[in-house]
Amino acid sequence: MSAPAAGPLAGKRILVAKPGLDGHDAGAKVIALALRDAGAEVIYTGLRKSPDFIVRVALDEDVAAVGLSILSGSHQALSCEVLEGLRAAGAGDIPVFVGGTIPPQDREALLAAGVKGVFTNDAPLAQMIDELARALA
Amino acid sequence: MSDARVTTPSGIEVPVVVREEMAAAPSAPGVYPYTRGIFADGYRGRPWTIRQYSGFGSAETSNQRYRFLLEQGQTGLSVALDLPTQCGYDPDDPMARPEVGKVGVSLFSLSEMETLFDGIDLGAISTSFTINGTAAIIYAMYLAAADKQGVPRAKLTGTIQNDILKEYVARGTWIFPVRPSMRLIADSVLYANEVTPRFNAISIAGAHVRDAGCTAVEEMAYTLANGLAYVDELIRRGGDVAKFARRLSFFFYVHMDLFEEACKFRAGRRLWAQLLRSRYGVTDEKALHFRFGVVCGGSSLVAAQPYNNIVRVAIENLAAVLGGAQSIFTCAYDEAFQIPTEFSAELALRTQQIVQHESGVAATVDPLGGSYYVEWLTDRMEEGMRQAMGEIDAYGGVVKAIEDGWLQRRIALRAREKKDATDRGERVVVGMNRYRREGEAQSFGEVFRLDPGTAARVLEKHAAVKQRRDAARAGRALDALEAAAAGDKENLMPLLVECCHAYATVGEMVARLKRCWGEFQEPVRL
Repeated sequence: MSAPAAGPLAGKRILVAKPGLDGHDAGAKVIALALRDAGAEVIYTGLRKSPDFIVRVALDEDVAAVGLSILSGSHQALSCEVLEGLRAAGAGDIPVFVGGTIPPQDREALLAAGVKGVFTNDAPLAQMIDELARALA
Repeated sequence: MSDARVTTPSGIEVPVVVREEMAAAPSAPGVYPYTRGIFADGYRGRPWTIRQYSGFGSAETSNQRYRFLLEQGQTGLSVALDLPTQCGYDPDDPMARPEVGKVGVSLFSLSEMETLFDGIDLGAISTSFTINGTAAIIYAMYLAAADKQGVPRAKLTGTIQNDILKEYVARGTWIFPVRPSMRLIADSVLYANEVTPRFNAISIAGAHVRDAGCTAVEEMAYTLANGLAYVDELIRRGGDVAKFARRLSFFFYVHMDLFEEACKFRAGRRLWAQLLRSRYGVTDEKALHFRFGVVCGGSSLVAAQPYNNIVRVAIENLAAVLGGAQSIFTCAYDEAFQIPTEFSAELALRTQQIVQHESGVAATVDPLGGSYYVEWLTDRMEEGMRQAMGEIDAYGGVVKAIEDGWLQRRIALRAREKKDATDRGERVVVGMNRYRREGEAQSFGEVFRLDPGTAARVLEKHAAVKQRRDAARAGRALDALEAAAAGDKENLMPLLVECCHAYATVGEMVARLKRCWGEFQEPVRL
């Protein structure tokens, strides 16, 4: 399917990934569709990917950003493994965003670990895209 | 009066007034096609089962919560399993480690099942397991645990979800390809009919596709389509539909539109009976009965102003009762963002008890029956369900629609529509996109914290079980399982029960089955 040529994320390649065993993919797919409509070239991994696999795809595909969708409560461990993997590969500058069921009290810890932004399901898509476009400008 | 169109969340246009001639009167309760319920005496004869979903961390902590809930008057247990157990990984697998004990209890072998039900008589309770990819294994483990307690298997009551088709579409805990998975389900259902005649070996679920974004009409339509696919497979494996259909049960979400939700159940109940009769010639009354459990909450609960969810759950609870549910689970108000605390879990239970004992809705059968609006809406929903099922048939059936990713894509597009409607404010969510107080500090009440030592203890126990079991017996049991799975003839259940008795682990059993069947290749189509 072809992405629109224009939009706030035109020309950006973004990886949307589902780390770990969590099978709730409605959110990841909604995000992937919205990013594509905003002009991005989206790569969606499908379910049940290891952090190593996600890092490898991010590098191979030379993506501008990585979005992780986690609803299993394992967001801290899984996000950190992806961040560490990227850093170890010398790609620590690729921004990582996290979405899913993230309790408000866990948000700060994710940001402190190096996650660039946290989006939960009550964040409007337009707001997320604006934030992403600013971060990737 | 405004002349703007008003539609239900499924898109059915609602008239300002429904007049008498717009809806036909339904048959009496307990009479085919059961629009008003499967029992002539409704809840007067038997109240619905109050069944709260819980379980987290280790078998020991879950056992304590179960004993607490039973003491509080709960009438059935519902077991949540952690993702490694659901996806067939042992706790020491690299894929499993961050998720051990997170969203439910780890049941890696019979040892954990024994601990989970320590001091709880399996012959005296009904237990529901939310388990799919490894459902046959967990059911085998439950049988083995009953054997160990000395409880006759025929006395066991409860449910395993065991509905793999919706896992491929929405919930994602698939393991094997579609066709061998269907065989495993058929084996467990047919075995259960013989060995545990009061146990529901499958609960065909719409809840998860609903949570993934589809409408109430589609939730019911896709679930009934899956139900027919299981009926076909059970017949292929030698089952007698008039017999096994008596033990098929269903499971749905209830969201916030009170009448649409109540009518969804009325329409689905009668459509299922009609389909079984017209397609398979079933006439046995019990086999035609559409029995279902319900969850109130899920994605209709929001993190913004979380105490509002208490009110939402009460309304949804009412819709489930007015629809004639056999068992109900009410979500805790904090479920939208965390594992419920003891306080919020108790409040959810009390909500049901208030509806059951104080509201009076259970006093007479189907109190909504004969309402012009309700009967009209039930008819419209049935039409919509038939249309959605027809689209799947036209595509080539539900198995093909899933293998190709066609159904998954449809649901993703629906989820996007729903999100856009919420963002635009067309779908009102009070406290989130309407009447939101800016700058208000979000209050979440008490925070539930998992014991951080849980995973380490599960790993220790896992190593200890493998150390002390009879390794030769476990090896023989696994070999026999693999040999039977390589062919198509034998029912795998007795072999799985022996594996469990031998303390083979879930990961070991799944690894043997993967060697025969491979793994599902997810079609990623957006």
